[in-house]
Amino acid sequence: MRTDATLTLNSAAKSDSNRLLRRLLILSLLLLASAGLSLYLGSFPTPPLQVLNALAAPQSSDIAFIIWELRLPRITLAILVGAALAIAGAILQSIVRNPLASPDVIGITSGAALAAVVFLSLLSSTLSIHWLPVAAMLGALVSALLVVSLAWKNGVSPSRMVLVGIGLAAAMGAGTTLLIVISDDSAAMTAYVWLTGSLYAAQWDDVWSLLPWLVVAVPISLLFARHADAMALGDSVAEGLGVAIVRSRLVLLACSVALAGAAVAFAGGLSFVGLIAPHLAARLVGRNMARLVPTSALVGALIVLYADLLGRVAFLPKDLPAGIFVAGIGAPFFVYLLHRSRARF
Amino acid sequence: MLNSTAAKSIGLLLGVLVALGAFFASVMLGTTEISLSSLYGSLVHYDPTNIAHIILLTERLPRAVIAALVGASLAIAGALMQTMTRNPLASPGILGINAGAMFFVVVAVSLLPLHTPAHYVWAALLGALVAAILVVVLSRGRHGELSPLRVVLAGVAVTAMFVSFSQGLLVIDQQSFESVLYWLAGSVSGRDLSLVAPLLPLFGGALLLSALLVRHANALLLGDDMVTGLGMQATTIKLLLGLIVIVLAGSAVALAGMIGFVGLIVPHMARGVFGIDHRWLLPACALLGACLLLLADLGSRFLMPPQEIPVGVMTALIGTPFFIYLARRKMAGQ
Repeated sequence: MRTDATLTLNSAAKSDSNRLLRRLLILSLLLLASAGLSLYLGSFPTPPLQVLNALAAPQSSDIAFIIWELRLPRITLAILVGAALAIAGAILQSIVRNPLASPDVIGITSGAALAAVVFLSLLSSTLSIHWLPVAAMLGALVSALLVVSLAWKNGVSPSRMVLVGIGLAAAMGAGTTLLIVISDDSAAMTAYVWLTGSLYAAQWDDVWSLLPWLVVAVPISLLFARHADAMALGDSVAEGLGVAIVRSRLVLLACSVALAGAAVAFAGGLSFVGLIAPHLAARLVGRNMARLVPTSALVGALIVLYADLLGRVAFLPKDLPAGIFVAGIGAPFFVYLLHRSRARF
Repeated sequence: MLNSTAAKSIGLLLGVLVALGAFFASVMLGTTEISLSSLYGSLVHYDPTNIAHIILLTERLPRAVIAALVGASLAIAGALMQTMTRNPLASPGILGINAGAMFFVVVAVSLLPLHTPAHYVWAALLGALVAAILVVVLSRGRHGELSPLRVVLAGVAVTAMFVSFSQGLLVIDQQSFESVLYWLAGSVSGRDLSLVAPLLPLFGGALLLSALLVRHANALLLGDDMVTGLGMQATTIKLLLGLIVIVLAGSAVALAGMIGFVGLIVPHMARGVFGIDHRWLLPACALLGACLLLLADLGSRFLMPPQEIPVGVMTALIGTPFFIYLARRKMAGQ
């Protein structure tokens, strides 16, 4: 009798994880195909066969240069940025227990943006542009620390964190506006494009600098996935399950900030990816963190990849920032989510 | 807090004096200082060859009038919003009304042939209306209740949407970017008094209506049933108050761009001094709001000379610590 029950349970769990694997596989294949499509499309016509040739022989021709030095790094960076933002959002939504939280809403992105604009308008004449990501990363970190410390009152309550973050985002937005207004027109426009989020002129160096953040932060957040699931049930339940709430929350928050900060540092203020990707992923695999993280990563990568592809090829000869397209879909989706979440809070 | 009617009247009188003082300071101080006598002279016998007179009538005076008007309107709009939503964090900036107006202005400038403030004033009003409707629809829970966190999130959602749409349009159309940038940042300078004229009936009407509804607004604080006791439907009152808010906030944004936090801070300060009774609260808000914006604008001329800081940036920097204080304090129970 009992063995029967365990057997059905086991097989249920097995078919469940099979389904998960199948979905992840489908998403990965989709991503691969989209990357292929993106590699083939562009302002310079590249026939598919020549793309394949160029991939096989990196140093052979002009087309090889376009593929290897222009399109491939940009596509790779789009995928990494999308994945990082989506994971950051998934973690944040679970720790603040609010489906509408995302790194942009609680001020992390605005901190990075302010730092980047300070850099672009005040320091870019003295320092090389390679320091821009470092500045943005620092900004994200400082603003996250500010949010946590200002919301601290015997621990960090989720709703206080959201509200404090909204307030801080407003102040940092004002600072950004100030800098844009006082700097000269071309610097102002560069800063504005950066704020919208763009993958223009991505290089392999960017890819190699972003990758370590993912390699470190993703495994840590997976290690704490069970804690995140427990915290999603409420602080008292999580405490009952033996989770050190404050510590786990801070570790997860740190992962989220590192991922969001790194992504913003290389691609600018791509808003809404961290918000919508986890939601779409949750539709596919549910809110369990260990499943949500890889699925959101794939979904986020797909979103940014297509947004960048659209910006690159849809309005030739203009190369529009990917952020416009992400926001175009993301913002109405945000409003829709708010409308749908009526029952919950 | 002042308790007796006499004390409150004296308080309001003091407010009037301070506001007048701020007004004159705003007219006279700046990179060129202007004496009282030339102020008098420019009003009585205007001399078009006198530089002081020109500065006064084309720059300083309009600027002070607009700052006072915008500050007062935003403060009253904020007070009414806080009453309607029973949410201490409500204000036109936080709830997305400014962003809605901004998006419509950006559309007017970049897609339609409307390039001067006199033209895009109406776009701003329309945008404020659209944003307000969106926020009201979104911030209702399943049973029509307005939870404070939800109201703020609805505002953030609407703001995020309009801001990113505007950003997209401006990145594509870089020429309009330069022409609306200063407006976007919130500024009361460089505007003509003729811009105010078509909006005066709107401001006047909204102020009159709010004066008529003070008792109903008081009743609303006690609960929707109390309003019914005064012989009107709570929904009707809320609709009328909402209309006032949209007209005041929308015209303020149209005149001065994105000026946040005035509508948030001032009502709290006014309540601290005059209590929650709208008969005192609303005039106090008008005076304090006018003072705050006049002084913020004055400060913006002196902080980073010769560069003027947009006054919207000033108010945001003053307002944020206050917002965070409120979020920590008043929302502790949520």
